[in-house]
Amino acid sequence: MVYLTRLEHFNAAHKLYNPAWSKEKNEELFGVCANENWHGHNFDMYVTIKGEIDPDTGFLFDVKKLSKLIQEHVIKKLDHKNLNLDVDFLTGKMCSTEVLAIEIWKQLVSHLPMHVKLHCIKLYETPRIYVEYFGD
Amino acid sequence: MNNKVAVYRKEHFNAAHRLHNAAWDENKNDLVFGKCNNANFHGHNYELIVKVVGVPSPETGYVIDLKLLSDIVEENVLKRFDHKNLNLDTVEFSRLNPTAENIAIVIYNILREKLEPELDLQIRLYETERNFVEYPAQ
Repeated sequence: MVYLTRLEHFNAAHKLYNPAWSKEKNEELFGVCANENWHGHNFDMYVTIKGEIDPDTGFLFDVKKLSKLIQEHVIKKLDHKNLNLDVDFLTGKMCSTEVLAIEIWKQLVSHLPMHVKLHCIKLYETPRIYVEYFGD
Repeated sequence: MNNKVAVYRKEHFNAAHRLHNAAWDENKNDLVFGKCNNANFHGHNYELIVKVVGVPSPETGYVIDLKLLSDIVEENVLKRFDHKNLNLDTVEFSRLNPTAENIAIVIYNILREKLEPELDLQIRLYETERNFVEYPAQ
């Protein structure tokens, strides 16, 4: 079993805001992150897959193909977007980094070939804050 | 003999923005600014490096007390821009396009008047890890 990781980036706006709560409660809970006109981040995303090496190629999976899958199903939808307003797979969801990591996992997992398993989505919101999701 | 020393304070702020020229139509904005023109904004983690150059004081050994510089940057820059929408929430960019270039110039002008005139100031601003600007250019 080997693990292979691809690093990608996207820049996006978001806010942390629960529409079921009052503005005051949102500000109390989410502080500056609830700013109604949004704020933004440079997100760094590590996508790790795992599996056995194909003896014919020496690859777990062609990283160029992995990169294309990530571009097509994740980066194109998130980069230079407003996560709360512009992204179909985040509609009605809270745009925390935790939720984002889980939703990115869901976008990618069905597009990988049978012999390749998705292992981890590691998502940095800032250089000092990141989350990991392993699918469980 | 030139006894000048450069001291630096590194800070960061997170903000949303869009690049847009209101005098142009949507087609031209899309053509020139591409995805940075997204109507609902996007955002960045900005890294700010404030460089102050001067002769260390014979009494303190400091060019400037870095705690004081930190407080000045916090009060005058971070409080204005952190977790804000630069286009919508700030006076400075209500009419000025918030490119990294313009943000650096604005930050320079804000800080310049808070520092002693004999100190030189330069701003380096990272919009992403790979895109950064300096003002004044040297």
